[in-house]
Amino acid sequence: MKAQNTLLYLDGVSVSFDGFRAINNLSLVLQAGEMRAIIGPNGAGKTTMMDIITGKTRPDAGDVYFNGDVDLTKYDEAEIALLGIGRKFQKPTVFESHTVEDNLVLALSGPRSAFSTLFHRQSRDEAERIDDILYTIRLSEKRDWLAANLSHGQKQWLEIGMLLAQDPKLLLVDEPVAGMTDAETAETAKLLREIAKTRSVLVVEHDMHFVRELDVKVTCLHEGTVLAEGSLDFVSNDQRVIEVYLGR
Amino acid sequence: MITQWFFTHVDRRGGVAIVLLVALGLLVPLSNLLLPVTSPFHIPTYLVSLIGKYLTYAMLAVALDLVWGFCGILSLGHGAFFALGGYAMGMYLMRQIGPRGVYADPILPDFMVFLNWKDLPWFWHGFDNFWFAALMVVLVPGILAFGFGWLAFRSRVTGVYLSIITQALTYALLLAFFRNDMGFGGNNGLTDFKDILGFNVQAGSTRSALFAATALFLALAVFVSSFIVRSKLGKVLVGVRDAESRMRFLGYRVDRYKLFVWTISAMMAGIAGALYVPQVGIINPSEFEPANSIEAVIWVAVGGRGTIIGPIIGAVLVNFGKTYFTAAFPEIWLFALGALFIVVTLFLPKGILGVYGSWKARNSDHVARKKESAPAAADETLQIPEPQAAE
Repeated sequence: MKAQNTLLYLDGVSVSFDGFRAINNLSLVLQAGEMRAIIGPNGAGKTTMMDIITGKTRPDAGDVYFNGDVDLTKYDEAEIALLGIGRKFQKPTVFESHTVEDNLVLALSGPRSAFSTLFHRQSRDEAERIDDILYTIRLSEKRDWLAANLSHGQKQWLEIGMLLAQDPKLLLVDEPVAGMTDAETAETAKLLREIAKTRSVLVVEHDMHFVRELDVKVTCLHEGTVLAEGSLDFVSNDQRVIEVYLGR
Repeated sequence: MITQWFFTHVDRRGGVAIVLLVALGLLVPLSNLLLPVTSPFHIPTYLVSLIGKYLTYAMLAVALDLVWGFCGILSLGHGAFFALGGYAMGMYLMRQIGPRGVYADPILPDFMVFLNWKDLPWFWHGFDNFWFAALMVVLVPGILAFGFGWLAFRSRVTGVYLSIITQALTYALLLAFFRNDMGFGGNNGLTDFKDILGFNVQAGSTRSALFAATALFLALAVFVSSFIVRSKLGKVLVGVRDAESRMRFLGYRVDRYKLFVWTISAMMAGIAGALYVPQVGIINPSEFEPANSIEAVIWVAVGGRGTIIGPIIGAVLVNFGKTYFTAAFPEIWLFALGALFIVVTLFLPKGILGVYGSWKARNSDHVARKKESAPAAADETLQIPEPQAAE
């Protein structure tokens, strides 16, 4: 089987909405431990691809395998999350009426059934993990703040912290630096590279400066299919990429 | 030990409410039974039953708040669970009448004799036993809510669509219970009760005991709700309320959480209905009226959604107003109720308790500023974000 020894394997995936082909015969392979940047113009199918991987959208055709032999098209969002795929959304979606700490408590990997959460008591190990993550995302001081009161950049960071708390094998990160200052962008690139040491990461981003800082293999999507793949220099010199994306 | 366990699961406000309810449950009956009628502190029996009725409404409001305030499920049909619990209790009370009915049939209730029925329908068996009936009070609403919720939540029916089908549920039950063939007394419902557990339902002492039971069960409902809300499960529920799909991507089976709290809430409403029926002396299909369920939503909104205690205040205040207005100015009550809902939605989106909360926050904020002229960040942390309506 071709999907063997890969972490994420998409082959010939297509999906259309009301006749519009959002994803068209898309193939993409991610190795374990790899970080990949996805670029492409608006409407290229980047977010739809994430929807397919996380079970929100079912593909009309094609294979989607995780960890070599897990057919993701057979699972729903919650099951896929528990398999070890975490997702950060384009618009930061933290739980605004919870404190920063409670946001992490909810994300923290552990039993997810109603009865186990009803009688849940935080263990020392869990408390330590939350302290660690708060330190990593630089929100230790604000742990008792309501998430609603965080700045935009802090919310993005909290969401990355929630991904870490989930302890996934694969992180899907959608536009992590949208609306961030240059300093925050640089910090985020550093944080993602740190995370990528132990996990696989798929980053969708428009900010070419940020993609350059990540310094990883790049895939350019256009009209739901792969236009070019390789190092950032290779991709950004591709004539078609310049035409549909960079040149405009 | 026990107090410590108690206070880890209940906040201060909940603790105060529970203590007050228990005190009320003891003092009101004592005043009714022990004080002479001439004493200014004597509470007449009719008032005991009236307040008892308000407290059963308050319990319905607490149950509704659990799903609406904390999980964002706006039920416009919670009156159905209340009425079902009431019918289960009503069936027990009917069977207690025995041969003392108008037609003096030892087994069949009057309405069955009147309809020329020969045998007791199968679903009336067992209701002569109090404990069986008490079990049905929670099981019938619980099973209905479980089945309904299982279908609705699994197919991800949310928001206004869910509200509409809950409304349809209670309306369908209304029509069904109106039919004589259903075997629940049709239009007239169940009434003319004599005994409960061998005590005369009309007697002042029984009324007082029923009042005490209502206050205690309401206190229990507050405790159970607080326990749920303050657990990690409660945090999951609020997460579902504010960002349902985000919760799924964190690996939570949102439908199961909703089903859990929905079923618990329906059982609570059923108990409230069962306590209501012996105190008002009748249960009939009008309890399934969609308007009743909507009124319950107003109680919760007035008192303060997502506060547990607020709905109790809302239910008691609105119903006190109803009792007063329908006697003094019967023609304007519905206008007053409508105006109340509009005023609360526009000016008090967090209800009475929300206003109290922000007043207190502002006050303590002033104190903090006076002390150290704290920077702007301080009052930011005191903001309480408003829970979203139905999604």
